[in-house]
Amino acid sequence: MIRLLATTVFGLGLAVLLPGAAVHAQAQRAPGGDEPALPAGLEESPKPKGEPNLPAGLEESPGGEPDLPTGLEGPTATRPAKKEPNKPVSFLDAMKDLGFSGFVEARGGVRTQRDHYEDQASIGEARLQLEWERVFKDVRFKVTGDVVYDQVDPERGHVDLVKGTGWFDLREAWTSFSPVSWMDVKLGRQVLTWGTGNLLFVNDLFPKDWQSFFVGRDLEYLKAPSDALKLSVFSGLADVDLVYVPRANPSRFISGRRISYYSSMLGRRAGQDAVIRTEDRDEWFDDSEWAGRISRKLGSYELAAYGYWGFWKTPEGFDPLRNLATYPRLNAYGGSIRGPLPRGIVRVEGAYYDSSQDRQGDRPFVRNSEVRLLAGYETDLPEIAPELNLDVQYYVELMCHYDEYVRSLPAGVPARDRGRHVVTIGLTKKLMNQNLTVGLFSYYSPTDGDAYLRPKVAYKIDDHWTVEVGGNVFFGRSRHTFFAQFARDTNVYASVRYGF
Amino acid sequence: MKANKDLLIVLVAAAGLAVVAVALAQSDTKPAAEPSVDEIVKRANLVAYYQGADGRARVKMTIVDQQGRTRQRELTILRWDAPSPEAAKKGFDAKKADQHAGEQKFYVYFHKPADVDKMAFLVWKHLTKDDDRWLYLPNIDLVKRIAGGEKRTSFVGSDFFYEDISGRRIDDDTHELIETTDKYYVLKNTPKDPRSVEFSYYKMWIHKKTFLVVKTVYYDKNDKAYRQYEAKAVKQIQGYYTVVKSRMTALLTGRYTDLEYSSVKYDLNLPEDIFTERYLRRPPTKHLQDE
Repeated sequence: MIRLLATTVFGLGLAVLLPGAAVHAQAQRAPGGDEPALPAGLEESPKPKGEPNLPAGLEESPGGEPDLPTGLEGPTATRPAKKEPNKPVSFLDAMKDLGFSGFVEARGGVRTQRDHYEDQASIGEARLQLEWERVFKDVRFKVTGDVVYDQVDPERGHVDLVKGTGWFDLREAWTSFSPVSWMDVKLGRQVLTWGTGNLLFVNDLFPKDWQSFFVGRDLEYLKAPSDALKLSVFSGLADVDLVYVPRANPSRFISGRRISYYSSMLGRRAGQDAVIRTEDRDEWFDDSEWAGRISRKLGSYELAAYGYWGFWKTPEGFDPLRNLATYPRLNAYGGSIRGPLPRGIVRVEGAYYDSSQDRQGDRPFVRNSEVRLLAGYETDLPEIAPELNLDVQYYVELMCHYDEYVRSLPAGVPARDRGRHVVTIGLTKKLMNQNLTVGLFSYYSPTDGDAYLRPKVAYKIDDHWTVEVGGNVFFGRSRHTFFAQFARDTNVYASVRYGF
Repeated sequence: MKANKDLLIVLVAAAGLAVVAVALAQSDTKPAAEPSVDEIVKRANLVAYYQGADGRARVKMTIVDQQGRTRQRELTILRWDAPSPEAAKKGFDAKKADQHAGEQKFYVYFHKPADVDKMAFLVWKHLTKDDDRWLYLPNIDLVKRIAGGEKRTSFVGSDFFYEDISGRRIDDDTHELIETTDKYYVLKNTPKDPRSVEFSYYKMWIHKKTFLVVKTVYYDKNDKAYRQYEAKAVKQIQGYYTVVKSRMTALLTGRYTDLEYSSVKYDLNLPEDIFTERYLRRPPTKHLQDE
């Protein structure tokens, strides 16, 4: 009685004090009566006073209390056996059941200025990616292949699976299994990633595709595949990964074929008129690469040590007699730590790049040894806006033998600074229930005085269709520094994708 | 003498009545058989997030917007519970329900839609600090660490928040029992740190028999209800009452998300090492599927 009175008074009080709330509550159900029906499955069976059971979900309770959900209504109120009508299985669902998925995409982009050495269009492609993944008796298989028609690619007829040219790109073709419980093996063409940088790589010396990155392909294409054997051993003490690449997999670098660059040999910007020719490291087993990582967790922190024995991923050497760019030997040793700080994730990574064919640093046509350091922090900014994310990084490449480098530099070639410092700022905001993503990722080098901006807007129309527009904007005060050399490649692009 | 005797009877009767009256008065505010608020909260939390020592469910998520357009997500969730701090001290007994109400680990594997297919999400839920979260993007083999601080943001674009999926810490709110009905304990929960959340309080209807939360309504600072959770269907699975259908509604827009759980299974003896980077890169297929 007292309780009832209290409820009524409370309800009245609410109604008087908060007319808005009361009206709203009425729209839902009477105040004090917004109690839920018990869901199906929670209903008590023998009703007092023998009242009949209302159908599941409709149970009205005294005082307008919530109905029990189906399932709480006791044994008598079992749900009618609702038989799902046999829905016709769509072709795509049937494909998915067989392990197939993928997307179809059209992507077009243009330079926003003229470039004497390249086409006006930066990308103009239609792409079908088909992916197949299955597990048979604990052995997993995956194959991913892209069929591409790119109007801008002058080599679209010539398929090269390592360089990634041509109308077919095999992205994955691997099998993985565990011969013993503490070991994983992954063998075949695979995409490999480790390290802590965001669009900057220190200890990740697996191949990249800078060309795809700069013309505005999906981020997935920044990582080029490796033909590798990966062995992973797990123990309570630490996890060890070992990667063997029997024939070197270089990065898909900027060669001038579709992106112009600064040629220090010519002393000017160059493009299709001076496509960089390379002496490839393509001898099986002789030109092999090894990479390793030892990692473990310490509380919430992840520690890792890395090693790499192979070649510079981009042609950082030059053979002046044959006028060929070369891939000098490179060993790298580094470490990283990543973990939570109040409000965000911090990461620090460093590596020593031992350019073993130029240990003294006095060979003019081989890149110097370097120390590379990275520190980054990522956080959400709910105070400014919901679903706004900020990522900042500081990155530096320090030449180890700068005096020797300057002394041996060929005449006329602009000298680099001892250190190349880069700051990156990434801002991502999600809107419209995460269907719209607006992002800007910027690289800025205070030492080179150049910058690279990557604005992007992507909208998911529904569960299949996505549209995207973005840009790759390069600028700087000199023409030879890393980002500034691409100033005439600045482009905008748009894409539409159907995923299945 | 007789008069004295009568007086005595009257006195005894009066005293008896007084005792009964006091007892009644007490029982009206706090019935002797009813559990305390803390007990209700604790048990509801156990039922909602800690049933069994571990579990698996396939979840179908349907997001329906104001215009009636739908988006779907499908994912599989694996859950592993660590012994609760008290149980760890006193000696762990896996059979007791409250023995593992401590830290938890979640592994979420996405099946649909296409843009998140095969992605994996790992959460280590902590009691006294921010959760650790990792996301694995299979196309680029990237294990990304995600800041675990923002819990009241949408989980994969749905009306459910991260915190609705993995549970809100009991100690983050003060709890009042504002009503007890035939079926429900009605609780009002007020955040201790109002700046950390978007609601000013929320009410929960907890089913008395099972301690399942049947409905939750969130109110803003004008006491206006703006967000509502409802359990739509419950099933008893391996003896555990389990919500197999629920809905979260954004009351101001009418947008809502339905969750449907299928192939729910408890006490699978999931190995703890599933919840590591190894299995982000290599999905634990055997444990993700219904045998």
